[in-house]
Amino acid sequence: MTKAAAKEKKEKKSGSPAAAGPRKLEVKHLTRVEGHGNIIVKLDAKNHVQDCRWEIVEAPRFFEAMVQGRPYEDIHHIVSRICGICSIGHQLCSIQATEDAFGFNASEQTLELRKLALHAENLQSHLLHIGYLVLPDLLGVDSVLPLAQTHREELLNLVACRRVANEFSRLICGRTTHPQRLIPGGMEKIPTRAELQELQSKLEGSLSRMDRIVDLFAALADKWPDFKRPTEYVALVSPSEYALYSGEIGSSSDINRPASLYRQVTNEYCVPQSTAKWAKNTGESYMVGALARFNLNHRLLKPGARQAAQKLGLKAPEHNPYLNTVAQLVECVHSTEDSLEIIAGLLARGLKHETPPTIRVKAGKGVGAVEVPRGILIHSYEYSDEGRIISADCVIPTNQNHGNIQMDMDALKPMLSGLEPEAIELKLSMLVRGYDPCISCSTHLLDVSGTPARKLVKFVRV
Amino acid sequence: MPAKPKVAFFDFAGCEGDQLQVANLEERLLDLASHIDIVRFREIKSIKQDNYDIAFVEGSITRPEDEPRIREIRDRATILVALGACATIGGINCLKNFLSESEYRATVYGQFSRWYSTYAARPLSAVVRVDMDIHGCPVDRDEFARAVKELLLGKIYSPPDYPVCVECKMAGNICRYEQGKLCLGIVTRAGCKACCVSEGSVCWGCRGPAPDANMDAAGQIMDSHGFSWLDAQDHLRLYFGFNSRL
Repeated sequence: MTKAAAKEKKEKKSGSPAAAGPRKLEVKHLTRVEGHGNIIVKLDAKNHVQDCRWEIVEAPRFFEAMVQGRPYEDIHHIVSRICGICSIGHQLCSIQATEDAFGFNASEQTLELRKLALHAENLQSHLLHIGYLVLPDLLGVDSVLPLAQTHREELLNLVACRRVANEFSRLICGRTTHPQRLIPGGMEKIPTRAELQELQSKLEGSLSRMDRIVDLFAALADKWPDFKRPTEYVALVSPSEYALYSGEIGSSSDINRPASLYRQVTNEYCVPQSTAKWAKNTGESYMVGALARFNLNHRLLKPGARQAAQKLGLKAPEHNPYLNTVAQLVECVHSTEDSLEIIAGLLARGLKHETPPTIRVKAGKGVGAVEVPRGILIHSYEYSDEGRIISADCVIPTNQNHGNIQMDMDALKPMLSGLEPEAIELKLSMLVRGYDPCISCSTHLLDVSGTPARKLVKFVRV
Repeated sequence: MPAKPKVAFFDFAGCEGDQLQVANLEERLLDLASHIDIVRFREIKSIKQDNYDIAFVEGSITRPEDEPRIREIRDRATILVALGACATIGGINCLKNFLSESEYRATVYGQFSRWYSTYAARPLSAVVRVDMDIHGCPVDRDEFARAVKELLLGKIYSPPDYPVCVECKMAGNICRYEQGKLCLGIVTRAGCKACCVSEGSVCWGCRGPAPDANMDAAGQIMDSHGFSWLDAQDHLRLYFGFNSRL
């Protein structure tokens, strides 16, 4: 913490109120999140919060420019490098957009395997967040590592569930991070019957282990800050299932729209305090992620997941953003149950070795939308008639949440006032962490305000 | 190096997939943590200390303000380890080096592009001295564990200097050229056990060129299998972009 000079009166154009409080609380490079974000709080002499600001300081990476001119076979490989944690989701979204652009429909079996891939990723990412990133806050320690001494059994239980989730990802996709098997058109390789059967019994084991995680979090229910701020919730919706791989873009305060009209919902804009763009729809901001999905789709959860929600005291509509983590835990149970159903179906029908069909390349536009751990992810591509990308737009869940995080911080101000700086820092850090932000994902977004030049980018060819 | 060295993790422009691979060691991470003292690991730990012996650094240097930060890390650490393709060879970030800066800025941020700083992506070794490389996109968990073990024994891990083809043969894969596909296993540094080819894909070259890779011979192989220079260049630029003349 540094003592801010009283001279610091200059107000920035960004609209932050002039608050020359005598103290500035800075959380530089917030920990236990993916990527680089800062929380800046201005306090007066009595620790009253004058201003809180959520800043994104990650280096911009320019993926939408990097894919321009590249052939369609490489795109899912490149965009998976946007994020190590949701690389499966980026690949699937990219593949959807590419297949949509070329008017290609994947086989039934491929679709089932892709749904499994999304469940696997949700499980491994959610468990990482719930157990490694958030649980230390609830238990008052700085990381998961000391829990090896104090909460050994609970920790090993969590780690065991997470290991199964990682093995699940590996089995379906080839690797947990930046997988190799998913491609436009189908799968490079599929699991064997025996492997799926083994996975089945491991997932059943996970289901009972998850009961214990649910109990653990139910016992910690009083550790969540008591804070509510109703906002707009946006997620994929489908009449037939708890939508993850396909559906329309739904909202708690707006009509459903097909994915191709995503820009009507996301309405991105730039702010100087962030290398990521922000988004808003009907209100000042909206929220995506597990809590948004739970609020919109809770009726379609599997029975075990519904029971877990009840035990955890989560009831739709839930307006406490801190409880996003609890919604993730409910989703873990759901994903395990749904995966077991899909696997049973695949085993009953028998796995077929399908050679990925050749995709007929043509000029066109395509949009992909999937639910990834942190919320709805959209990729939109325009291809040339040679199957090379003319323009790309990736709208990342965390970027849609940035505005909502800032609004939550503003609403939290009265609750924080007068608290010790450490307590203020913890409450704000927990809020941001609750969103499970994926900051390096969110720092590259297409400008939609100008007229995009319709041309292939000129590679400097020699 | 002390018996229980202090270890710190840092990240620059990248996807943090390599640190995730470390977290993904699951139970083995707890074992490992009993032999080292992790003083800084932003992705999983809140308390940060600035005295460390070993620094693992992920990500590429992509803007001027990254340089003082990496220099400071270099100054404090006895051993600096580049973790993953972005840190060792510049990684996929170097794709933008083939575009004009004004164009990629404008493409992504439009009229607001001047708010954000950026320059050509480069590996850590382009800015500071690096003591050890752990290659891959992402790094291989087993290789990471092995490299750390060697460090604890006072050695510097040196990755294989032969190409992926060697490991690919041992894995029993059919050569991708025989299947009409373009594969960079012939020139890429081994150490991944040809994991992508074994999963049905091709080698994308994420571990960078093997030290003595014969690029001319590789060109002949690609040529004789009917691939154009454009095909080869598309593929080579994914990961070989920083220090190969492409």
